[in-house]
Amino acid sequence: MNEEVLFRAEHLTRRFRLPRTRLFEPRRVLTAVDDVSFDLTRDQTLGLVGESGSGKTTLMKLLLGLERPDEGRVTYTGQSQRREVQVVFQDPSSALDPRMRVAEIILEPLRVLRIEGDHQERLRELLEATGLPLTSARRYPHEFSGGQRQRIAIARALAPRPRVLIGDEPVSALDVSVRAQILNLLEDLRVGFHLTLVLVSHDLSVVRHMTDRVLIMRHGKIVEEGPTRDVFRAPQHPYTRLLLDSIPRLRTQASRK
Amino acid sequence: MRDSNSDAERRGGGPAALVVEKLSVRVGPIEAVHDLSFVLEAGQRTGLIGESGSGKTLTALAIMGLLPDGLSATGRVLYKGRDLLAMSERDLCAIRGDRLAMIFQEPMTALNPVMQIGAQVAEPLRLHRQLRGSAARSAALQALERVKLPDPAAQMHAYPHQLSGGQRQRAMIAMATACSPAVLLADEPTTALDVTVQAQILDLLVGLVEERGSSLLLITHDLPVVANVCQRVLVLYGGHIVETGSVDEVFSDPRHPYTRALLDAIPPLDDNEPSRKLPAIPGTVPGLGEFPPGCPFRNRCPRADAACMAMPPLDERVACWHPLA
Repeated sequence: MNEEVLFRAEHLTRRFRLPRTRLFEPRRVLTAVDDVSFDLTRDQTLGLVGESGSGKTTLMKLLLGLERPDEGRVTYTGQSQRREVQVVFQDPSSALDPRMRVAEIILEPLRVLRIEGDHQERLRELLEATGLPLTSARRYPHEFSGGQRQRIAIARALAPRPRVLIGDEPVSALDVSVRAQILNLLEDLRVGFHLTLVLVSHDLSVVRHMTDRVLIMRHGKIVEEGPTRDVFRAPQHPYTRLLLDSIPRLRTQASRK
Repeated sequence: MRDSNSDAERRGGGPAALVVEKLSVRVGPIEAVHDLSFVLEAGQRTGLIGESGSGKTLTALAIMGLLPDGLSATGRVLYKGRDLLAMSERDLCAIRGDRLAMIFQEPMTALNPVMQIGAQVAEPLRLHRQLRGSAARSAALQALERVKLPDPAAQMHAYPHQLSGGQRQRAMIAMATACSPAVLLADEPTTALDVTVQAQILDLLVGLVEERGSSLLLITHDLPVVANVCQRVLVLYGGHIVETGSVDEVFSDPRHPYTRALLDAIPPLDDNEPSRKLPAIPGTVPGLGEFPPGCPFRNRCPRADAACMAMPPLDERVACWHPLA
């Protein structure tokens, strides 16, 4: 097993000053990420789980370089964090510019990052890899369903040949009958393109299904970390246990009164 | 027309709290909800499962008489033998919020942002119970205590934006249940909430309807939520009920290929070594008016053939020409 570390987060802390609520009181400070350390190794699939306010989104932004830590540091060991770490957001309708054609959307990262090459050929490859018809290229995002829009967002993320793909709740906004397609696509791409996948999600069944390793966050801290299977089978932290107990499960009606 | 009460007895349930007969909703020229007939029994919790475009929210709004302009409902919605669809707005207002209440998905948009929580919860009590002044306030306070809103006396004076998402949903549940409605409709009441808060809110809902013998119609796309909360289930696709039955029957032994596919598409939680590939349903949910004629699922269905060009009738359980054994 290749144990190459792609990301090393050391004592990451990110604080936000909250807006003033009282005129003569000092502004309060929210510590969104509080002394977080972990390694992301190559070819690993990492789940980042937490509820709203847990700091998972801030941590994701720190990995993407969209936020700077106040303390600690995050080291990316590859060549270019900007090119090699890409993201797919939750809601594809707001993540895609409605005035751009699909071809422009998918090729924009290549243009912005000044990546040379046969862009039309790359476009064809990406459409094919994400299961979109070639005729999509000339159309606009609103002509597509939610699931297809998420495929477009994934194609765009893959355009600069990333090594790390971060999915921020990538299937939460999709219909149940479409979710499985996108999860399967992410799995195919992960294997096909040797991607290291980070899945930020509140959906524990998706995390259980897709990841090898999981970080459970609460109030900016990692409360539990370990192989996904072990954490789900034998959670150690009371909060993890509460989370797992809170998931509605199929076919439990008989066990309820 | 079937006699709803004898129908209920045959299924071993309570008396009918609400009978829906051949309910259809038109959006302009398009029929979005087709001929729905079902019975909500007193003290029973029914799940209405559907994805986007299934017509689940339109169904709820039609029952409540809250369809936006331009949308029209036909059929009958019978409460105590009276047809809500044929009722005057004035008569409907006397029932809505009192005997029939609804909880919406996003409490931030459903609550009035410039009105204190206490006053909003007191509103149905003022309208339907003619409570005034301190009597209305103390009844509202009790309602907020029942939904376990923390520090209810202080929160009476809070505005919606000062509460967390879970607290806002509690306040809305307090408002909807203040008059002990006979029928409570909840449209995706926990979709916007965190999983631990969702569990608390669902427990609260179940407790409240059990205590009062209300009938709950829980509208959601989330099958595990229905499995945990409901006793009966209606599966909606393309505005048709494609399957119905007890939660145990439908979830352990689905007969419609759509229900089967929905259940298969949920990542299993308890498998020791889950496979990374899920059985996915091909295609996408068509938009309004784009469902194929006949069975709405036929263009995504592995069992579809020429017979499916015609809409199969709903028997006791399933609307499918080729149901699973």
